[in-house]
Amino acid sequence: MATADTINPGGIMRIRPATAATAESGLVRGALIGTALLFLVVFIFLPLGVVFAQALAKGLSTYWDSLRQPDALAAMRLTLIAAVIAVPLNLVFGVAAAWAIGKFEFVGKSLLITLIDLPFSVSPVVSGLIYVLLFGAQGWLGPWLMKHDLQIIFAVPGIVLATIFVTFPFVARELIPLFQAQGQEEEEAALALGASGWQTFFRVSLPNIKWGLLYGVILCNARAMGEFGAVSVVSGHIRGRTNTMPLHIEILYNEYQFVAAFAVASLLALLALTTLVVKSAVEWKSRRQVAKAARWDGEEQTV
Amino acid sequence: MALRFKKPSVLPGFGLALGYTVLYLSLIVLIPLAATFLKASTLSASQFWHIVSSPRAVASYRLTFGASLIGALVNLVFGVLVAWVLVRYQFPGKRLFDSLVDLPFALPTAVAGIALTTIYAPNGLLGKPLASLGIKSAYSPLGVAIALTFIGLPFVVRSVQPVLEDMDKELEEASASLGANRWQTFARVVIPTILPAALAGFAMAFARAVGEYGSVVFIAGNMPMKTEITPLLIITKLDQYDYAGATAIAVVMLLVSLLMLLPINLLQKWSSSRTANDAEVPTEELVPASV
Repeated sequence: MATADTINPGGIMRIRPATAATAESGLVRGALIGTALLFLVVFIFLPLGVVFAQALAKGLSTYWDSLRQPDALAAMRLTLIAAVIAVPLNLVFGVAAAWAIGKFEFVGKSLLITLIDLPFSVSPVVSGLIYVLLFGAQGWLGPWLMKHDLQIIFAVPGIVLATIFVTFPFVARELIPLFQAQGQEEEEAALALGASGWQTFFRVSLPNIKWGLLYGVILCNARAMGEFGAVSVVSGHIRGRTNTMPLHIEILYNEYQFVAAFAVASLLALLALTTLVVKSAVEWKSRRQVAKAARWDGEEQTV
Repeated sequence: MALRFKKPSVLPGFGLALGYTVLYLSLIVLIPLAATFLKASTLSASQFWHIVSSPRAVASYRLTFGASLIGALVNLVFGVLVAWVLVRYQFPGKRLFDSLVDLPFALPTAVAGIALTTIYAPNGLLGKPLASLGIKSAYSPLGVAIALTFIGLPFVVRSVQPVLEDMDKELEEASASLGANRWQTFARVVIPTILPAALAGFAMAFARAVGEYGSVVFIAGNMPMKTEITPLLIITKLDQYDYAGATAIAVVMLLVSLLMLLPINLLQKWSSSRTANDAEVPTEELVPASV
C-alpha cells in the first residue's frame, strides 16, 4: 500500500495494492490456514484435551482421590528427587562446558560439542541399557557392587543416573552459543579493572546469560520429570519404591485404571504447559534484550 | 612454530572448566557407551550377526524405520505448511498455536502415548470413524506412524520458521516483477531457500522417531513380527535376561544414530551458511538513519 501511495501521491488512478504479486489469494490463504490449523488441532490440541477430559471423566473428587493414593504420592516424590539431583548437576556441567567452549579457542572443540550432544541421539531405551550393562547384576561392576551391598540398578541411584544422561545436553547447548556470541570484551574490562576471576564470572558473565540459563533449566527439568524409556529400563518397577510418575501412569493404564492414569498424566501435562508458557516468556524477554542491544549499537554508530 | 592446544587468552578458568567438562562427560556418557560396545565385542561375529539378523529383529527394523520415515515425511509437508502459515499470515489465536507447536518436546512421552491410544482406540474419538471406514489405527503399524508423527512435529516447523522470517521479501518481489506467477515464485524462490532447513528438520524428526519408545508402546499393540518396534525388542530381551541379545540390538541402534548425526550436521551447516549471508547486513536496517 505504501509504495502505491508514494508512486501516485494524488491517488488519481486506482493502483492495485503492491503486495498482490507476492501474496496468495484469499481463498488459497484460507485453505492453507485451515489445513495447518486442522493438523495442529488433531495432533496437538486433541491429545492435550483428552488428557484432561479423561482425568476429570468421573468428577473432581475421583480425580483428587486418585492423586492422593500412596503409590501416586510416592511416584511424585521420586520424580521430584530425580529432577532435584539431575537438573543442578547438569546445570553446573552446562555452565562449565559453555565457559570452556564459548570463551576459548582450542583443538578438538567441535568434537567436544558433538560428544556433548550425543545423549540426544541415543534412544531412551539404550540410555537405560548402558547403565544396566555397567551396574546391573550381570554388568561390569555388578559383582563388586553386590559384594559391597550397593544397589544402583532397580533402585533410586539408577533412576537418577538415567535421568542425568537423557537431560545431559540441555543447559550446555543453550549456553554455548550465548557465550560464543557475547565474546570476551566485557570480561576483559572487568579483569582490567581489578575483578577476580570468580567476581568477573558472577557479576559479568552470569547476568549476561541469565535468560538462556533459565530456558535451559526449564527444558532440562521438563525432560527430567517426564522421562519414560530410560527410567523404565533401570527402575525395576517396584510399586511405591522405584516408580516415577511416568512409570506409575503406565502401570495404572495397563491395569485399566484409566481415570487414575490420566489424573497423574494431567499433572505432567500441566508441567508441560507451564514449561511452554515460561519458554515463551523467556523468548520474548531475550528478544527484547537483543533488540535493546541492537538499538544501543546503532546509537553508538550514528553519534 | 610450535602447535598450541589452546589460543592464549586473558580469561581465567579454562583448565578447571574444560577439565570438569571432560570428566563429567566421560563418567556419564563416554564410559557407559564404551562399556556397551565392549560388552557387544564379547559376542563372536557370527553370534552377533545371528541376533541382529533374526527375523524378529528384521521385522522390528522394518516397522521402526518405515513408520519413522512416514512420520518424518508427514512432518516435512505439514511442518513447512505450519511454518509458512505462522510466519506469513495473521489470524486469531496465532500466538497460542505458535507456542503449542513445541508441546511434543515438553509433554512426557508416556502421557502422549496414553492420550493418542485413547483417541485412536477402536472406540476412540478418531479411532471409531476410522474403524467404520475399515482402517485400524491403534494397535497397528498406522498407530506407530501416528505416534511418531506426533513426537517429530516441532522439528521441521522450528527449523523452517526462522529462515522464512529472515527471508527477504525483495526476492519474491523480484521474481514477481520478472513475470513469475505465485506458484512459480514459491517453487523456484521460496522452496530452494527453505530446503536445507526443511531437510535438516526432516532428518532430526526421523532420528528422534527411530529411538522413540514411550509414546509408541501404548498405541502399537506390541505383537512380535507385526507391531513390535526395535526399542521394545531390546526391553523384551532384557526382561528375559538375554543381556547379550539386548546389547547386540542396542549396538545396531547406536550405530544408526551415530550415522544419522553426519547428514544432520551437514544439513544444518548448509542451512546456516545460507542464512549467514543475510545475517551480516541487518543492524543498520533496524535503526532509522535519522537517530
